[in-house]
Amino acid sequence: MSGDSEAGADLGARLRDGDLTAAPAVLNLVESRSPEARTQTEALLAALSPATLGAEASAHIVGVTGPPGVGKSSLLSRLVAEWRARERSVAVLAVDPSSRRSGGSLLGDRARIEADPRDGAIFIRSTAAGDRLGGLAPATRAAAGALAAAFDVVVIETVGVGQSETEVADVADTVAVVVQPGSGDVLQFLKAGIMEVPDVLVVTKADLGRVAMRALADLRSALRSLGARDTAVVAVSSVAPASGIGKLVDALDAHRGRLDIATRRLRSRRLHALADFATEHGQRGLRALGGRREAERWLGSQDPALDAGTLERALEHRARSAEPPGSGTI
Amino acid sequence: MADLTHRLPEPDRPWMMRTYAGHSDARRSNELYRRNLAKGQTGLSVAFDLPTQTGYDADHELARGEVGKVGVSIAHRGDMKTLLDQIPLDRMNTSMTINATAAWLLALYIVAAQEQGVAEDKLQGTTQNDILKEYLSRGTYAFPPGPSMRLIADTIAYTVEHVPKWNPINICSYHLQEAGATPVQEIAYAMSNAIAVLDAVRERVPADLMGDVFGRISFFVNAGVRFVEEHAKLRAMSVLWDELGRDRYSVQDERHRRFRYGVQVNSLGLTEAQPENNVYRIALEALAVTLGRGVRARAIQLPAWNEALGLPRPWDQQWSLRLQQVLAYETDLLEYPDIFEGSKVMDGLVAEILEGAREEMARVAEQGGAVEAVDYMKAALVDSHRERLLRIESGDLVMVGVNRYPETEPSPLTADTEGGILVVDPEVEAERRADVEQWRRERDQLAVDTALEELVRVAASESENIMPATIAAARAGATTGEWAQALRDAFGEYRAPTGVGEAALTSSEDLVELRNEVERVSEALGRRLKFLVGKPGLDGHSNGAEQIAVRARDAGMDVVYEGIRLTPSQIATSAAQEGVHVVGLSILSGSHRELIPAVIEALQAAGAGDVPVVVGGIIPDADAALLREAGVAAVYTPKDYDLNRMMRDIVALVAERNGVTAPAA
Ligand code: B12
Ligand SMILES: Nc1nc2c(ncn2[C@@H]2O[C@H](COP(=O)(O)OP(=O)(O)O)[C@@H](O)[C@H]2O)c(=O)[nH]1
Ligand SMILES: [Mg+2]
Repeated sequence: MSGDSEAGADLGARLRDGDLTAAPAVLNLVESRSPEARTQTEALLAALSPATLGAEASAHIVGVTGPPGVGKSSLLSRLVAEWRARERSVAVLAVDPSSRRSGGSLLGDRARIEADPRDGAIFIRSTAAGDRLGGLAPATRAAAGALAAAFDVVVIETVGVGQSETEVADVADTVAVVVQPGSGDVLQFLKAGIMEVPDVLVVTKADLGRVAMRALADLRSALRSLGARDTAVVAVSSVAPASGIGKLVDALDAHRGRLDIATRRLRSRRLHALADFATEHGQRGLRALGGRREAERWLGSQDPALDAGTLERALEHRARSAEPPGSGTI
Repeated sequence: MADLTHRLPEPDRPWMMRTYAGHSDARRSNELYRRNLAKGQTGLSVAFDLPTQTGYDADHELARGEVGKVGVSIAHRGDMKTLLDQIPLDRMNTSMTINATAAWLLALYIVAAQEQGVAEDKLQGTTQNDILKEYLSRGTYAFPPGPSMRLIADTIAYTVEHVPKWNPINICSYHLQEAGATPVQEIAYAMSNAIAVLDAVRERVPADLMGDVFGRISFFVNAGVRFVEEHAKLRAMSVLWDELGRDRYSVQDERHRRFRYGVQVNSLGLTEAQPENNVYRIALEALAVTLGRGVRARAIQLPAWNEALGLPRPWDQQWSLRLQQVLAYETDLLEYPDIFEGSKVMDGLVAEILEGAREEMARVAEQGGAVEAVDYMKAALVDSHRERLLRIESGDLVMVGVNRYPETEPSPLTADTEGGILVVDPEVEAERRADVEQWRRERDQLAVDTALEELVRVAASESENIMPATIAAARAGATTGEWAQALRDAFGEYRAPTGVGEAALTSSEDLVELRNEVERVSEALGRRLKFLVGKPGLDGHSNGAEQIAVRARDAGMDVVYEGIRLTPSQIATSAAQEGVHVVGLSILSGSHRELIPAVIEALQAAGAGDVPVVVGGIIPDADAALLREAGVAAVYTPKDYDLNRMMRDIVALVAERNGVTAPAA
């Protein structure tokens, strides 16, 4: 076997102790699909459940999403530096949009994120985006949940064009949608109600001047007319001399400060369990649970301190007992 | 009387003959230059080492293993003075292959000339100074596009006024072909680049000087072994250049619109196997740039027979210089007017290339011009190179001695202990480090500080020309690293795109089998086989790494590739954090002896010591053995042209190290 499947419980204990060097092994484990690794991943998540931790994991889980080329990775480079300057440890989970071809992928996002390799408080991991735009790999959900126990900030970079398929909102405490100045997409989506109002809006490439300032003004007025007073809109430049980064971090912090973290994380764990279940068992599995709605309702009745892995197992158990005997495997 | 228009009344003067040379330090390179000039070389072409080209002093972390290797290390005006000792700068024509730090090296040259008593308006020569092709191919960039274009515009504006015989920039198509460009891409991107430069200068010089500016822009081109087509390409370039001057920049004087170029002929097609065959290739390529008088090269430098083995020794370079001399002095080449005038074949080829080039230039223009289209052009080059390698693998593109007629007698040329190449004394790095430290101790520090402060102020001002402050800093005794660091602080740094993500998918039967094996091993590993391709050090040779990365993806692997110029600890940290199963390092610049062991050490320190490492690039046999001893699992060189075979090796290596059993036969 590969050295990947270090026991989940041990890794969980290391993260609980704040051991950041456990991060690579945690990712190796959650990405593994072998039955053995899946069992260990469940053990890992169980070791980090609110029940075990005695509270929600303390990290701020931030989602950074937007179309390809808008400047997410460049922005992360600056954000990481700013968070480090504020003495916070940071884990970046970069979901690279370079599409899977032939099963393989080219991962280059981390090149944009400047980080001192000697700084042990920065961890960056890339994964290939799945086939769906904005979709999260099961591993990314598990990783975010696990790393949140040890890092101060966990960021997930995903590609999304601001429509509903952006799953990062299920996982993150705070979602920042990154907007390309001069492109009216997000504005249109907001106005048409296609897109939910994000927690923070970021206009990149502020160094381009007028076009960025116009985007800023347009978004602000759209938000006003939607009555979304809480959503901060920040303009940033990631090229030297960078600007707006401190303000953005303040805005992210402010959102986190307003948040009922227990409710958000609880929702996140339940959606995580359901997403994993659906990946594993497909439409048929969902039908056995009486449909997605019904499954969500049922999850809502479960112990709020349970971790995602335990919840998924509970869903599987329920689906199995609901299936008429002899109708196949679940 | 017979019609003699098929003869020139008088033979032409030959082009300028150069040898691209320089290594170790200023003293040793100066000796080499003077020996070369004594052999009939008529101009100088200075090769700088990679730290000098990227703006680091010898004692910088990133300079490790690279000092004095592929060129001469120049840190300050004292070095420049030694480099040019006893070379009369009022008569010499000096070409400097220098880009990100071009303004600085030009300043050092001007100061050295003044110390020789030669005024700047007497100086003749060239600074390469073309940054877009550094992003696209050559890799010695330092600053982001905006400030880089401004530095170029400033040097042009300054020289047009003060150093009027200087070629402040060579728009380079050479390096594009070396990165895999087709003839059409080569000239379309070079011309688009020229437009970006001229547009930038237009904003910084008075309108009535634009004719002079246009006239000072020269090119540095390539000529491959398909020498008829290559000649047509040059004719097409001259047409485009003339049009551009007339239509876009309203240049009235015809002489200003003349297409002037220097050349280094193709090196990408020079082979490691049966290296003696390279002499023929070089000779044929030289014909491409000399045959037709209408577009004959102004200056030529030729690579050597041992190009793909390592650095050429003085004798190897002499052999190539003699080729130029035979061509110019023994043959009748220079006695005729243009021998292709009226040729149907030539006119047809030119028209074909022009059409393609215009289309491709329009595509670049649509994206806002060459600066904005860097990502697009880079991806296009990587994809062309991918196709080129496929054609070599399939045998459609014949390389004699490589994929056709590989049988050979042992070569006496490579029989000596060093394998027929120049090996730079490894002590040079320590000497250079000591030298720069001593220089800093002994100079007037206050003067240097003041000059650098002024430089920073000018850099921030945007409208002021950078050259006067740069010359003042050179005179005060600042170093290459200090000048560049001041500007890095002011301008920020930059990482060029890799172009690999957009490469089209390669498919072949061979690959299907390989993919199945990658799937099988991935399944056994629990997750997809993950491969990090790394480029340690300052080496900018990215072709090999890019193509390996793309093929690995096409074989079904998850590939982490972050581009060129990474430190060993950056690579090791990425490998550990990304959880890769294997690391592949590519080094062509000759720093493998220092950097490969450094990466292996860093991997151990990062907790990834058990990840196997393979290496590829220009690695002499003797060194390959050393690397294996240091823990490298496999070493590949240019003669390994079958990419799928290397992929199979890598999959097998990962399987073996992870206890995955071999497939059922
Ligand atoms: C093309 C080329 C360039 C291009 C590079 C374009 C690019 N983006 O890559 C340009 C023109 C820009 C260039 C510039 C320079 N070059 Co150059 N260049 C070459 C040349 C002609 C071919 C290299 C190449 O790309 N081959 C094609 C690729 C596909 O082959 P490859 O990289 O060897 O890879 C194959 C194998 O080696 C192997 N492999 C390679 N890496 C890996 C990695 C893994 C994991 C695996 C499995 C396999 C593998 O697989 C590949 C497939 O066959 C060589 C000479 C030669 N003929 O080999 C000189 C050469 C490498 N260059 C040389 C030099 C000195 C320079 C300069 C430093 C000169 C200077 N002083 O400025 C500059 C600056 C470059 C820089 N920033 O570092 C020297 C290096 C000398 C040495 N080692 O001692 C060489 C050997 C020429 C010479 N004899 O002087 N160069
Ligand atoms: N001018 C400018 N360009 C930027 C800025 N941020 C990113 N870019 C450029 O936009 C391109 C895409 O950036 P990247 O961070 O990779 O975007 P991502 O795909 O969203 O992650 C790159 O060429 C960056 O150099 C910015 O603030 N200003
Ligand atoms: Mg990105």
